[in-house]
Amino acid sequence: MDMKRFQATDGEYPTVCEYVETWLEEHDCPMKVAMQITVALEEVFVNVAHYAYPNPPGELDIGLDATDGVITICFIDSGIPFDPLAKADPDITLSADERKIGGLGIYMVKKTMDDVTYEFKDGKNILTLKKSIA
Amino acid sequence: MDIIKNREGEKLCLAIKGRLDTTTAPQLDEVIKTELDGVNNLVYELGDLDYISSAGLRVLLASQKVMNKQGKMVVTGVKDDIMEVFEITGFADILDIQ
Repeated sequence: MDMKRFQATDGEYPTVCEYVETWLEEHDCPMKVAMQITVALEEVFVNVAHYAYPNPPGELDIGLDATDGVITICFIDSGIPFDPLAKADPDITLSADERKIGGLGIYMVKKTMDDVTYEFKDGKNILTLKKSIA
Repeated sequence: MDIIKNREGEKLCLAIKGRLDTTTAPQLDEVIKTELDGVNNLVYELGDLDYISSAGLRVLLASQKVMNKQGKMVVTGVKDDIMEVFEITGFADILDIQ
């Protein structure tokens, strides 16, 4: 797995996005999947940048791997323990006036990825996403 | 991202090109907050929109809420990848997509 460390700040987001998109291109990831992964990346990155560290900025390690037609992207931060998967899914059947936007980001991640797992280990939040490109 | 604005009387067309993400969504949010006075017909032209994240969806939802009070809003030219995001999130039911 290719690991890289970034500062988790809004200002760093374009750099992170370019890094991941370039990596995906180099590993023959189809455009549709690349967009889904980039959406997931943005949701996770922004969450960590805004909420993970009581005294920002903190750091976020991003791991990328492509093995046997499966892309794995791994996010590791040392912030407050937080399981993004524990939150209930938003009610997507409500009308515009009733809708609140919160929780939509991680919901999109759950819906577009094949597998999403969270663990808290050795003081770190580890969120792992998997998506088949076979 | 580019926003091409075309105002004709009470109709406003916004053509959004490129990426509507956490970095660029605030630009569109600014347009929504400052330029919808007197608009009763808002048209989003998304034929050249390549990418949308929840930050972009948030602005579209805010636009829809404003227009529910003062007129109508339609979304046109949506590409397949963007449409899939709208479907997953239930936005396909909220927005008037033509």
